[in-house]
Formats: sequence, C-alpha cells, structure tokens
Amino acid sequence: MTILYFAWLRTRIGKADEQVTPPGGVTTLGQLRQWLMTLSPAHAEALGDAALIRAAVNQDYAADDYPVRAGDEIAFFPPVTGG
Amino acid sequence: MIRVQREDFDAGEEMRQLSRGRRDVGALATFLGLVRDESDSLASLTLEHYPGMTERQLAAVEAEARRRWTLAEVVIIHRYGRLIPGDNIVFVGVLAGHRAEAFAACEFLMDWLKTKAPFWKHEDGGDGWVAAKAEDEERTLRWG
Repeated sequence: MTILYFAWLRTRIGKADEQVTPPGGVTTLGQLRQWLMTLSPAHAEALGDAALIRAAVNQDYAADDYPVRAGDEIAFFPPVTGG
Repeated sequence: MIRVQREDFDAGEEMRQLSRGRRDVGALATFLGLVRDESDSLASLTLEHYPGMTERQLAAVEAEARRRWTLAEVVIIHRYGRLIPGDNIVFVGVLAGHRAEAFAACEFLMDWLKTKAPFWKHEDGGDGWVAAKAEDEERTLRWG
C-alpha cells in the first residue's frame, strides 16, 4: 500500500510517501499507524499522538477501525488549515 | 464548480461569469479569503494540499450545499503554493433565487471547507505550520 504524509508529518518523517507491506495482522487504520511507528524513531515521534493526526483511506476521511488492504492509498496529516 | 490552482484569480471576473446571461436568479453571495498578516511579520505563506483528495472533498462539500439549498450555481476556487499577505486564497460564489439561501450556502461552504478540504498553511520563516482552530470545528458542527 501507498502511505502519504502531509505538512509537519511529512517534514518530521522526512518523506512525502512510501510503499509498505505490513504484516498480515494489520487490518485496520489504527493498527497500521501503530505498525508504521515501528519503522523508525521519526515515524514513532510523528505518528505517536493520535489526537493530533487525521487520516484518509483512498482520499476519504477514515477512523481507526476502518479496514485497510493492499493497494490502498492511505494518508496521515494534521487537522486541516485551509480557507 | 471546483478549481484548485496555483494561479491568482479575479474575484470580480468570477462574479461576472457567474451571473452572466442569467435572468432567473436574484442573489449572488460571495466570500473572498485573503492572506492575513496579523503581527506585521509574515513574509509569505505556503499552502500545501493533497491533490486528488482536495478536489474530491470540495466536490463533496458543494454536493452537500446543493442537497440543503436550491442553488443555481456554485463556484469554489482555492489556491495553493506560496502566497504573500494581501493575496487571494479562496473564493466562494453562490448563485440562487433569493438572498437567504445564497447567504446561508456561502457561509456553510466556507465553514465546511475550513475543516474538510485538505490544505495546510505554513508561515514561512515564522511560526511554521499553522495550528487548526477549535472555533473552526465548532462552526462546522453548528450546521448539524
């Protein structure tokens, strides 16, 4: 699956996107975030506080219990500040 | 109609385009958002966005407004990239039969856009990433 990071998540993790293949036990968005945190100290720091992070699966907002699967486009970002 | 673009736009021209040739509508409500420098220290602002999801979410916001009110035309233009104080950021125009639905839909579109469209403001050389305001979330929630 493709993971995208925006705003300060992008700058803290040091990349805008990455391709990952999580283990079989990772089936929800919340589990995916927890697993991504194991990839590096920067991931752990940036993704650690769920209250500061929003997420989208295939470009729609999704909550922690939302299912994720191979081929999905999943984005993590801070609350939006446009307008 | 949704437009997400780096280029500037002309709000007056957008208004003329919206109402051109229409004889069946009585109200055009618009909102123009500008880059603000509250502390006289902002050199520039960079707006990051999520291409694809931005258009998708703005289209969903427009569809929700059309579900709630009878609207003849809706235009949402949102810029991204580097902007300086005084620059245009966002334009919302709503053409409708009467002022009540035009005013309401215009305000609704801005409130929903603020909390749903994936844009992030970065104050270059200043405080960095702008934090979301609880007040914006409250303004969205009051529409139910």
